[in-house]
Amino acid sequence: MTDIAHHIPDALLASYVAGSLARPFAMVVAAHVSICEECRANLAAHETVGGALLHDFEPISVSDDLRDRVLGHLDDPFLAEPARPHGNPTYPAPVVEALGDKPPRWRSLGPGAKQCILEAGKAGSVRLLHIAPGFAVPDHTHGGLELTLVLQGAFTDETGRFGRGDLEVADDDLEHTPIAEQGMPCICLAATDAPLKFSSFMPRLLQPLFQI
Amino acid sequence: MKVTESICDPQLDAVRKTCMMVKERHISQRAVTARLKRTPPSGGKTILERMSVTLGQATSFSEQTEWMLKVRDARDRTAFASLFDHFAPRLRGMLMKNGFGAAQADDVIQDVMLSVWRKASSFNPERAEVSGWIFQIARNRQIDVIRKERRPMPEDLAMPESTDIDGEQVLGIEQEVQKLRSAIARLTPDQRDLVQKAYLGELTHSEIQAETGLPLGTIKSRIRLGLERLRFEMKGER
Ligand SMILES: [Zn+2]
Repeated sequence: MTDIAHHIPDALLASYVAGSLARPFAMVVAAHVSICEECRANLAAHETVGGALLHDFEPISVSDDLRDRVLGHLDDPFLAEPARPHGNPTYPAPVVEALGDKPPRWRSLGPGAKQCILEAGKAGSVRLLHIAPGFAVPDHTHGGLELTLVLQGAFTDETGRFGRGDLEVADDDLEHTPIAEQGMPCICLAATDAPLKFSSFMPRLLQPLFQI
Repeated sequence: MKVTESICDPQLDAVRKTCMMVKERHISQRAVTARLKRTPPSGGKTILERMSVTLGQATSFSEQTEWMLKVRDARDRTAFASLFDHFAPRLRGMLMKNGFGAAQADDVIQDVMLSVWRKASSFNPERAEVSGWIFQIARNRQIDVIRKERRPMPEDLAMPESTDIDGEQVLGIEQEVQKLRSAIARLTPDQRDLVQKAYLGELTHSEIQAETGLPLGTIKSRIRLGLERLRFEMKGER
């Protein structure tokens, strides 16, 4: 918890606060913030900037009608927002929510690697990856941004070591081969705004089938 | 739309510095000098009066914080009306700037202000300042309206069981917010426009990253100074 070394860059946090961040990335940001007090504090700072801007906006008067309407609705019964599930020691709350509060349903990606796709769509995709100790996540190149958050175990790649809570930010320029450390299997939450292209052991033809 | 800023612009520097201080404030655990008992709604003295007694000086929370605490703790409708009168016109300004039409803006304002009333119990002045808290409710609502989806959110921290307010912490946040506001007020129109675009969702994350003039970054160095408050609050949350 306290030894998270790789955090969320400010541009991503500001974009998350503003709501302009693509949904797959927003899930990774929310998951990291759930388990990282530094980034939670940083997020609060960005929200405070948003508040200062709101305070600073040129007020445009609102109608008495709207005021009456709002004040007249204070006693209305309302449905509380459905409670969001809690996180567990492996999966932070936003992941548990995306899993529908059930354990992941893993599908093999080949030797030593499994995945569970949480969401895939126009905005990109977000999935859980399960890599057996000593195995590599197949080398993949990117068409855009990729965020990888370690939830269990650790991996090492050309850029360093990533353990529980660490977030790797990779873009077009980075061709990397993360290898899971010995010990526990490495579980990661990985989001991308482009289809992942695995260049090892997965014939390209199968990609649509496996949604890679 | 591209506005190029010089990194060493003194005004943006002031915003950056204040942004850093706000952040430190959020993570700072200070010697607690002013744990103030919140009396029940019926209890005579206002928080302000109790503050003055405890601190022996004329310090007070902002009007907005006072209103919000009255709404939260006493379901005070007059205080809520004051919050409405303060924030609704600003929300309208923000929404119109964001391209919302008048009717749609009114709908969002209604939803946001009713959320302020209904979710008041989750307002914690030790963690958030009222404008920032309402800003976030408004952004979430706008995103709901535009994308019709429930966006991923971090796990909520539990509200503290104690009803004490750490007055020093609250005042500290408010002081930093004041500095941030005056720094923003000193920006040139172009600079302010850029910052607004970033926080109103009109720039992508890569555009934000590319804008060296934005008051982001440079808030890395001192964040390890005091994380005890949040650590304490996050205990058992994971
Ligand atoms: Zn972090």
